[in-house]
Amino acid sequence: MTEETATGFAQWPLGNGPIGEPLDRVDGQLKVTGKATYAYEQRQGGKPLYGFLLGAAIGKGRITAIDVSDAARAPGVVHVMTHENVPEQGAFGPPVVPNGYARPRPVLTGSAVQYYDEPVAFVVAESFEAARFAAGLISVHYDRQPGAFDLTADLSKAYKPEKLNAGYETDSTLGDFEGAFAAAPVQIEQTYSTPYECHAAMEPHAALALWSGDELTVYMSTQVIANARGALAATLKIPVEKVRVVSPFTGGGFGSKLLLHAEPVFAALAARELKRPVKVALTRQQMFANTGFRPMSIQKLRLGADRQGRLTAIGHEVWSHTARYEESAEQTAVFSRSLYAAPNRLTRHRLVALDLHRGEWMRAPGEAPGLMAVEVAMDELAEKLGLDPIELRMRNEPAQDPERKVPFSSRALVPCMREGAASFGWDQRNPRPASVRDGRHLIGIGMSATIRPNAMRPAKAEASISADGRVTARLDMTDIGTGSYTVLTQIAADTLGVPMDAVTVLLADSRYPQTAGSGGSFGAASSGTALHYACRALRAKIVEAARRTVGSPFEGAELTEANLANGEIQAGNKHETLADLMPLIAPDGLTAQGAAEPGASYKAFSQYAYGAQFAEVAVDMDSGEIRLRRMLGVFAAGHILNPKIARSQLLGGMIWGVGAALMEENVVDPRYGQFVNHDLAEYHVPVHADIPDVEAVFLEEQDDKGNPLGIKGIGELGICGAGAAVANAVYNATGIRVRDYPITLDKLLPKLVRNDREI
Amino acid sequence: MRPFTYERAGNPAEAAAAVAARPEAKFISGGTNLLDLMKLGIEHPAHLVDISRLPATIEDTIDGGLRIGAQVRNSDLAAEPRVRARYPVLAMALLAGASGQIRNKASTGGNLLQRTRCAYFYDRNMPCNKREPGSGCSAMQGFNRGHAVLGASDACIATHPSDMAVAMSALDARIETILPDGGSRNLAMDEFYRLPEATPHIETSLQPGEMVAAVTLPPPPPGRQIYRKVRDRASYAFALVSVAAIVDAERGRIGGAQIALGGVAPMPWRATAAERALGGSGSSEARMRAAADASMQGARGYGHNEFKIELAMRMVQSVLTEAA
Ligand SMILES: Cc1cc2nc3c(=O)[nH]c(=O)nc-3n(C[C@H](O)[C@H](O)[C@H](O)COP(=O)(O)OP(=O)(O)OC[C@H]3O[C@@H](n4cnc5c(N)ncnc54)[C@H](O)[C@@H]3O)c2cc1C
Ligand code: SF4
Repeated sequence: MTEETATGFAQWPLGNGPIGEPLDRVDGQLKVTGKATYAYEQRQGGKPLYGFLLGAAIGKGRITAIDVSDAARAPGVVHVMTHENVPEQGAFGPPVVPNGYARPRPVLTGSAVQYYDEPVAFVVAESFEAARFAAGLISVHYDRQPGAFDLTADLSKAYKPEKLNAGYETDSTLGDFEGAFAAAPVQIEQTYSTPYECHAAMEPHAALALWSGDELTVYMSTQVIANARGALAATLKIPVEKVRVVSPFTGGGFGSKLLLHAEPVFAALAARELKRPVKVALTRQQMFANTGFRPMSIQKLRLGADRQGRLTAIGHEVWSHTARYEESAEQTAVFSRSLYAAPNRLTRHRLVALDLHRGEWMRAPGEAPGLMAVEVAMDELAEKLGLDPIELRMRNEPAQDPERKVPFSSRALVPCMREGAASFGWDQRNPRPASVRDGRHLIGIGMSATIRPNAMRPAKAEASISADGRVTARLDMTDIGTGSYTVLTQIAADTLGVPMDAVTVLLADSRYPQTAGSGGSFGAASSGTALHYACRALRAKIVEAARRTVGSPFEGAELTEANLANGEIQAGNKHETLADLMPLIAPDGLTAQGAAEPGASYKAFSQYAYGAQFAEVAVDMDSGEIRLRRMLGVFAAGHILNPKIARSQLLGGMIWGVGAALMEENVVDPRYGQFVNHDLAEYHVPVHADIPDVEAVFLEEQDDKGNPLGIKGIGELGICGAGAAVANAVYNATGIRVRDYPITLDKLLPKLVRNDREI
Repeated sequence: MRPFTYERAGNPAEAAAAVAARPEAKFISGGTNLLDLMKLGIEHPAHLVDISRLPATIEDTIDGGLRIGAQVRNSDLAAEPRVRARYPVLAMALLAGASGQIRNKASTGGNLLQRTRCAYFYDRNMPCNKREPGSGCSAMQGFNRGHAVLGASDACIATHPSDMAVAMSALDARIETILPDGGSRNLAMDEFYRLPEATPHIETSLQPGEMVAAVTLPPPPPGRQIYRKVRDRASYAFALVSVAAIVDAERGRIGGAQIALGGVAPMPWRATAAERALGGSGSSEARMRAAADASMQGARGYGHNEFKIELAMRMVQSVLTEAA
């Protein structure tokens, strides 16, 4: 069932059920009482063995000898796996394949070391402690080779990838960018860089594998069941039907749990060999090197404008790192193709292959680092023009998508900026930097636009109703802490006209219909639409059964879907609860399926969610310490399924932006290729004290182009532009423009006027 | 983590004797530092003597000072009314350190003896003279943004991470120990800590089995007490630079001061040169500036940490200005 027409989707009437209500999480109680079972806490299959990974001590080279004899003899150890005895696995393949999610991801494939801390051995023991101790007894000799670990040093070796993440074109041009930029009376030409960043999900990557005959079950922490399942089957060279993946709760992913990593593969290989369940979790330290990270970017921005502030040329060029063995091409400049109007345009992406692990999608890949360049360049342009930054953006508001030349499905950037400016007190901003003081502190205000594509991916769902009138929804969608269980319960209850507590949503088991999982902010739209359709189909079946069943009070009645509400079927003066009616009309229950597909309207319209973010910072003139004072994000993202949960998503994203602007950086040591800071004491993310006052609000928005519920993705929206708003506030406070993120105090100090001097 | 045996000590003398009796034994108190290092295979004691349940007392001394037992938790010490009233710089320093949860576990003795946060020390694959004497120092030419600008050596440029110890240094604290033979020693902070020189793995003058029993504070010197910690986020981050100062000032005129710096040296760094400069002649303004400059006399940066020299001078000046 789909309800798409050439102009969009027939919209499900809202306001009659729980959709849109600020409900508490249905799994909240489980979580706060510790009853939500995460991968490493699973106990299926009896007492497990515990595995521990030993990582490579070099960034590039070869293992010349590996001696595991001490480890193998250590108390409690049952197995040690190295490249010398690892079972056969599917081959990894070339750097680029059509579907990287499903490709084999074999472990211990040979003596070559491709990145620092790449697993070189796996110890299995009766306890975690025994395995970890034994791993330390393995002696590995390496032939260390010089590696390339420094993006800036190797820029001359940059190459053009065939395609970017998500299939975007690598480059785009429109008009004559070079000519128009050269001729522009006002120009900004600046280079910005964003560092490697770590997802740092709260739950470490973990898996428990157990075999029953030739059938494998893996309980693991993942964002996408189908990815894990497909890649596991390919790696183990077994049919995909023989693999079951279960992940009822995932403690954050942020893109680091889209791909299969080493721990489920090790668990599955060892469990097969040892005929016992095997459990593995990465340590926090291992997560830094082994579970992906945001690639570093160097971004060159060239903006040309006329004196009125109308952009004539936009150029956004990006250089990022990729692993040598597997390409990952972040789409950092892609949103620049759509954000502002200008007749002459250029975007380019280039990659430098380094001897680091591959980058992985991290919350808002593309927009998160890209906006930290573009929206600061816009701030710089506004200053050069003597224009208010919001006014500059308004003057460059496009009437249609500037490169695709299709209409926007909806675009509320201007209302978001207006609303935000009014509630934040933008008019109090002094456009002259370094002119507002509060004691020892310089105060500044900054803003940024927010943009993030709205996407839908194929998804299926099943809804059934039992004889007692209870509804169960099944789909392999995950809940990575975002609230999937809750919003899907709302969608099912709303669609079927039953109360929330009549619905049980079962997720994240590969036995359930396949979805695209959680990623790319497409989770709610894709899975939600599929489930909505399944419930619509189920409604139709219930109505049909009520009409057809001999002896039903509604036998032969003129019933439509509208007759199902509040857990009852109503027609004329008759009403009957589903619980009473079901035993009569369908004693075995009823089941229906639904499927969502991105359709024609995705091609016909440019679909994004928008917002505007505002930040106020204080900079200590003596120490250079930058602290956020307050922050506001105003967003328009279609219908909001659950304002309470949505707000949390947005706040989380905004806080990530504060971290990206001010503190997050994985430092690579160019001599060895390791991440120097690889724990949460040294890799800084914001703590409570860094976030005194943030608020996210939504503007109402109707958009019928994406799906029948009128919703847009919000999981990544909050981070988009948040960092730039903070960076612009720092500039407004100090008059110092730091273009090399994060903006730490050592970068401000050389130019920062001291408290006891006149400014 | 290497397998280890464990015992709980009944009294301080027993504890010292128990550690002295075994070559690879260590004390464990809150364990907030030692356990992390053991899990990572950086420390590998074969035997642990748990001293965390020994009495934790805070007593007035006859000279009007305070004696803080080594087992007093960081959170308890920070909340102690006598500390808050008479040694606020110590309470501030404690509360600027770590997190509420860690402070609830961390002991006074363990805090003094916590080891450096140098990231190369924490990575067993990296050369590090402190972890593996003679293997080299990875930080010297590596990422050394957090490292020392004073008191370092060619062998090691790591800093001591404690906040508490910086305040104690400014307060002229002394450290009382118990020796395995039942004797005891009483050491000034400068005698307790050792600079790295050629042996960065030896961080204090404690002998095998010698246990920190208490920290004694002399009566508080007159003046305003300030602790300022500069860090990369608002909480739960180690100091880039910190200043503990007790400044005797009246209506804008500075008299004497006791100043110690954190985050800049392998031990809490008593800024004696700055104190001397402050005691010189001239206007308060000029003397504060001279003190700030003097605080970094002989300082040397190694690249990423160069900024600490300027930062420390700014902070000394800023704290003195605030106190004056
Ligand atoms: C994430 C994180 C952040 C932190 N941030 C800060 C910070 O900002 N500022 C700060 O100052 N600290 C910080 N700390 C460090 C914290 O203060 C120390 O870990 C703590 O004070 C150590 O005390 P403990 O009792 O747990 O020591 P333990 O871990 O038990 O012991 C540490 C060492 O001292 C020895 N030892 C302990 N007691 C005695 C004794 N009485 N006599 C002889 N030897 C002894 C042990 O053998 C061991 O070698 C942080 C720690 C963590 C984990
Ligand atoms: S600074 Fe000291 S602790 Fe750090 S690597 Fe060098 S020797 Fe080791």
